[in-house]
Amino acid sequence: MNARPRERPLLRAGDLSKRYSVGRSIFPAQRRTVHAVDTVSLDIWPGETLGIVGESGCGKSTLGRCLVRLTEISSGSLEFEGRDISDASQRQLRPLRRQMQMVFQDPSASLNPRRRVGDLLADPFRIHERLSASEMADRVAELLRRVDLSPQHASRYPHEFSGGQRQRIGIARALALRPRLIVADEPVSALDVSIQAQIVNLLADLREEYNLTYVFIAHDLSVVRQISSRVAVMYLGSIVESGPTDEVFAAPRHHYTAALRSAVPIPSIDRARRGRLVLKGDLPSPMNPPSGCRFHTRCPAATPICRSERPLLQSIGEGRLVACHHPADG
Amino acid sequence: MSADAPLLVVKDLAVSFRSDEGLVRAVGGVSFSVEQREIVGVVGESGSGKSQTLLAIMGLIDSPNAIVSGSIRFMGQELIGLKRRALDAIRGRQIAMIFQDPMSALTPVHTIGNQIGEQVRAHEKVSAKAVRARAVQLLDAVGIANPDRVIDSYPHQLSGGMRQRAVIAMALSCNPALLVADEPTTALDVTVQAQILELIGRLRDQFGSAVILVTHDLGVVAEVADRVLVMYGGRFVEEGGKSSVFRAPLHPYTWGLFGSIPPMEGPRPARLAAIPGIPPSLSNLPKGCAFSPRCAFRHDACLVQLPIMQGESHRAACLLPEPTRRQFAAQRPGGVVEMQR
Repeated sequence: MNARPRERPLLRAGDLSKRYSVGRSIFPAQRRTVHAVDTVSLDIWPGETLGIVGESGCGKSTLGRCLVRLTEISSGSLEFEGRDISDASQRQLRPLRRQMQMVFQDPSASLNPRRRVGDLLADPFRIHERLSASEMADRVAELLRRVDLSPQHASRYPHEFSGGQRQRIGIARALALRPRLIVADEPVSALDVSIQAQIVNLLADLREEYNLTYVFIAHDLSVVRQISSRVAVMYLGSIVESGPTDEVFAAPRHHYTAALRSAVPIPSIDRARRGRLVLKGDLPSPMNPPSGCRFHTRCPAATPICRSERPLLQSIGEGRLVACHHPADG
Repeated sequence: MSADAPLLVVKDLAVSFRSDEGLVRAVGGVSFSVEQREIVGVVGESGSGKSQTLLAIMGLIDSPNAIVSGSIRFMGQELIGLKRRALDAIRGRQIAMIFQDPMSALTPVHTIGNQIGEQVRAHEKVSAKAVRARAVQLLDAVGIANPDRVIDSYPHQLSGGMRQRAVIAMALSCNPALLVADEPTTALDVTVQAQILELIGRLRDQFGSAVILVTHDLGVVAEVADRVLVMYGGRFVEEGGKSSVFRAPLHPYTWGLFGSIPPMEGPRPARLAAIPGIPPSLSNLPKGCAFSPRCAFRHDACLVQLPIMQGESHRAACLLPEPTRRQFAAQRPGGVVEMQR
C-alpha cells in the first residue's frame, strides 16, 4: 500500500474493543459478554476511503461509532492526528466533533420530523460558530446546492422528501462544518439501486472537492468496491483481512473474504460462474464465538491449529494484512 | 389443461387504490405468463408495482379501497372474482408465497413443526405422526441441519436464514405448482442469500415448481431466473429471456439499472452511470412514458404517448425505434449507456 512515512494517520485505533454485557442477572457468573468489536487496530490515512465490509452482527457499525466516539470504547486506544482521544470527555470532544462527522443508514431517524430542513442544517453553525442569521441562511443555501437540492428546500420538513433526498440532507448536515473525516454507516443500503448510484457519485464528488477522508461501512461489496481505496473485512468483531481494494477483491487471501466475494450475485450472464464457494451454516453467535480462528467452523481450509490458535492479523506485503493460518493463494 | 399450456396467464391486470389524493394506480395493466417449471424474475424499484402484482395473484389485496381488474388464469381457472373458499383450496396448496421478512409468515408462539404441520393438515388429512415425519423431511429438504431438533424450536431461536428456510419448507409442504417469492433474500446476508438462491434453483429441479421471484437485485435475477420482467411505474417496460435481456437490454430504464450497479470485477468507473431524478409518484404519473422525465433519450412523443410492449420473445415498451436502441445499447459493453443529460 501507499506507505506514507512522513504522514501520520488521521485516525489510529489500537486494540480497540467494545464489549457489551448481556443478561441482567445479579449473579456475575450468569452475566455474559459480547465482544462486538474485538481488539481492532486500524490506521485511517488522510484522503483515503476505507471501506469496512462484513455481514450483519460482525461489529462493523459498532466499530464505526467507536471511531468517532459516539459509542464509548471498552478498551484500547484511539488517536486523532496523534492526539489520544480514547478518554476524552464529551466536553473535550466537542471541538473534535467539527472534524469527525457521521452519516447514517436511515436519514429519517436522524432528522427531527418537526423541524424544517433549514433549521436542521443550521444547527451545526449555531453550536460551533457565531454567525448572523443571514450568514447562516447563506451557508444553508450553499450546503443544499452542494448536495444537489435547491435552497428553497430549506423551508420544508423532512417527510416531504424522498429517501434519496433525505440522505442528501443527512450528508449536507455532516458536511456543514467542513469535517476532515466522515464515517458513513450503510449510507445507501436503504435506497433503490438507481438512487444508490446517485448518492455514491455524490460522495465521491464531495471527497474530491473537500479533501475528505471516509470510513465507508456497508454490507454491499460492489458499492464498497466502487468507492473505497482500501478495504477491511470483518468477521465476528475482528478484522480478518485488509488491503488495497482492487487487490483484495481480485485476489482475496482470507477464505472468508473469498466466500463473501463469491457469494455476491453478479448481474451478468457472460461470466461463467467460477466454482462458487457457498459457505455452510450460519454466522456463529458473537456471545459464544468459536475457539481459535473465529471462522474455522465454516472455513473450507481449516485444520486442527485453526481450532486452537487464533491467527493474528499479519502483513503479507503490499499493504495487505491477513489473519489466517493458511492464507489462500489469492 | 394440456401439459405444455402455461401455468399462469395474467392479462391486463390492474390494481388501483382510492385515496385522499385521488386514484393511485399501483399496477397499470400488465400481461405475462409463467410456464410450468419456469423461474421468472420480476425486477423493479420501490413503487414499481411488483409487490402489488404478486399480492393480486395471491388474492391478497382485500382493502375495500382497492380495485383489481383484468384476468389471472391459473391452470386454466380464473382467480379474479373467485370465492374465498375456492381460493383457499388453491392458495397454499397449489400456489404458495414467501415474503422478505420470514417473521411475517411465522407466529412466535408455536414451534416450527407445529406451523409446518398446520399447513399440511389444512390441505391434507393425515395422522399426527405422518405430519411430523413430513415436516422433518421438508426441513431436511431445504437444507436445515438437525431437522428433528429444529422442528421443536420456536422462530426466535433460529437465525434469519434458518427462518427463511423454514418458511420455504412451509411453502413447499403441499408441493405447490407455483411459488411466489417477494424479495426472499433481501433481508439476508450475502453468504446466506447464496444458500437460499441455490435452494430456489433446486426447488424447480426436485419439486418441479415454477417460481415468480420479485427482486430489486439484477444479480439475483442473473443467478436464478430463466426469464426477466422489468417493471417501472406500475407497468412492464421490458420482458425477455435472461440471456437476451442481460446481453442486449432494450429499454433505457434497464440500461440505467445496469449502469447504476458498481461492477465487481475489472476497472472501476470514475462515476456510476446513475439514472437522474426519482421514480414517479403513483398518484401522479407523468403522461406518456412514465420513465420519460428521467430518460436521456426522450423526445416529444414520449411526453404524450404511452408506449406499449413491442417485439417477439424479447419485448420492450419504448417509443424510440428498436434499431436506434440497439445501436445505443451496443455502444457500451453490457448495453450500459450513460444516463447523464
